[in-house]
Amino acid sequence: MRLIRSTLGWLDERLGLGAAIRETAAHPVPRRSASWWYVFGSGAFTLFLIQIATGICLALVYVPSAGEAFKSLQVLNFEQPLGWFLRALHGWGSNFMVALVLLHMIQVFLFGAFKFPRELTWMVGVVLLVATLGMAFTGQVLRFDQDAYWGLGILSSIAGRVPVVGGQIVQIVLGGPIIAGETLTRFFALHVFVIPGLLIGMVGLHLLMVLKLGINDYPMPGRLVNRDTYVAEYEEMVRKDGVPFVPVAFQKDLVFAGLMIGAVFFCAAVFGPFGPGGAPDPTIIQTVPRPDYFFLWIFSIAALMPPGIETFALLVGPPLGLLFLFLLPLWAGVGEKSWRRRPVSVLAVAFAVLGWGVLTHLGCTSPWSPVMDAWSAMPVPARDLEGKGAVVRQGALVFQGKQCRSCHALGDAGGRRGPALDDVATRLTKDQLFRQVLQGGGNMPAYGTNLSPAETTALVAFLETLHPANEPAARDASQAAPPVR
Amino acid sequence: MTSPVTRRGLLLKLGIALNAVAGLALAVPIVGYLMSPARRKSMRDALTWIEIGELSAFPEGQTRMATFRNPSTRPWDGQTADIPCWVRRTKGNEFQVFAVNCAHLGCPVRWFPQSNLFLCPCHGGAYYADGARAAGPPPRGLFRYDFKVENGRLWIKGGMMPTLGNVIAAGRAPKGSPCA
Repeated sequence: MRLIRSTLGWLDERLGLGAAIRETAAHPVPRRSASWWYVFGSGAFTLFLIQIATGICLALVYVPSAGEAFKSLQVLNFEQPLGWFLRALHGWGSNFMVALVLLHMIQVFLFGAFKFPRELTWMVGVVLLVATLGMAFTGQVLRFDQDAYWGLGILSSIAGRVPVVGGQIVQIVLGGPIIAGETLTRFFALHVFVIPGLLIGMVGLHLLMVLKLGINDYPMPGRLVNRDTYVAEYEEMVRKDGVPFVPVAFQKDLVFAGLMIGAVFFCAAVFGPFGPGGAPDPTIIQTVPRPDYFFLWIFSIAALMPPGIETFALLVGPPLGLLFLFLLPLWAGVGEKSWRRRPVSVLAVAFAVLGWGVLTHLGCTSPWSPVMDAWSAMPVPARDLEGKGAVVRQGALVFQGKQCRSCHALGDAGGRRGPALDDVATRLTKDQLFRQVLQGGGNMPAYGTNLSPAETTALVAFLETLHPANEPAARDASQAAPPVR
Repeated sequence: MTSPVTRRGLLLKLGIALNAVAGLALAVPIVGYLMSPARRKSMRDALTWIEIGELSAFPEGQTRMATFRNPSTRPWDGQTADIPCWVRRTKGNEFQVFAVNCAHLGCPVRWFPQSNLFLCPCHGGAYYADGARAAGPPPRGLFRYDFKVENGRLWIKGGMMPTLGNVIAAGRAPKGSPCA
């Protein structure tokens, strides 16, 4: 103990940092700001440190070469002692870090912490959000498997939609005409040098400003932010009723950070590393590419948007959204801080969280994707065939053989791109069924050139029987009218 | 006589100017290096004729997958330089060669001879046998490669991942039609 103290004393004599560190640690913060609500930022920072440590470890083994990356990931998972665990820590650490950054941002927004004089802290925070998401995406690329390969395909297809220079941008993003060796090294450089450097610098700036401007006071409904009086009010509050950051606020940060590290450790140990999935071989097209969870919502939007506005929305939407976040404190920098008096802000957060949740859920199930093995893997329910004649049964065969099942469910099994057909006969008459099958429409391909007249007749005969026992099939009223005398 | 202060000021200005020139000189090769993949020449040269197989490998009236090694490749590209495409032989020496990349966002479309459709696993794009858009979010039909037949072998002009920004064979793509 004495040795440690004398060593520290020796160091302080030369560095002279001791006083500054002590002063920083003991700087007073508003009593109510030493709150459990204020722990997310330091939690995200702790996870960032874990990401740096585990990332350096992974870089000792990982080979950033398109031909070797997949193999080196296999070595990490199965041969390198504890390689699987380091990969799992890095993967789960990234998931938790993205989640905490978002939680931190929501908390800061709802508590009005972005208002005067902390506008720039928020703006740097938006840059940190973009950098964190950039790390998440480039990290997903370094896990060089089928999802990474086709994820790059999606990225370049979006870039290719830029007017005039789209083709050139794709070339620069990919480092050549196709997704290959130079694409991976580019994303490696971004993930390991460029974005981490930016993150470290910006985190430093972010923390510096938190120290300089003080931790946001816990909002009180009715206590408005005024540019002329706020700083004096804050200083008065801290002087009268402040508590030292260490240990009063810091202890909560410490407990939360410890819990988060524990959670990452637990998830890594129990659930293991993420992938890699299939080998990044573009000739293996039996694949269902999906992005990691924090980008699934964009994936869903790309499926659900009307094609006409898609290019505009993909290219203009994200920059506009980020610009809005970035400039928000300049536009709403004073006034009420408490979320209790900011209903629009609360609704906006609720809408964003709800939208994100719904789109992510849709991305997980992706009902817009055809179920490509339904035609051979999911038999027609027996109840639809019992006691039916030869033509109807032949129609059921056509229904399966022509893969209608990829998009249409029967008995809750099959694709959900088109409507389930268990009661189609109650909605469409015989003639309407013929028309729909032959000409398609309403987002259904036309099968006119693909079905013989006999096949079409059988198929429609089968579809006509698909109605509940207590609901009769639809009839063409004009056909059923009594003859005119 | 000029005072020493002015001389120091001059040296400072000179130093700033010198560094500005040096920085600019340094920026030119760095930016050139970064932007080199987008040079018009390297983009034009990316597309070359590639042999993808004997004609007998592509029966008439059928759509088969063919794969080729991308012409511009690095030794460490591994499997990523093996590029697939869909070859449809309509009759005789009439071919349609489609890129596997969906025109929507680049995912690999699969051919289903049962329903005569290309289906995309990502966002549900569907195309007819002739590559025309059938359903879903794609803004156009499948991308097509130029082809030629020489000495009983099929060649395509490829070497670049097709996107809406760099259509591999401009003007030869089928327009989306509601009924093909």
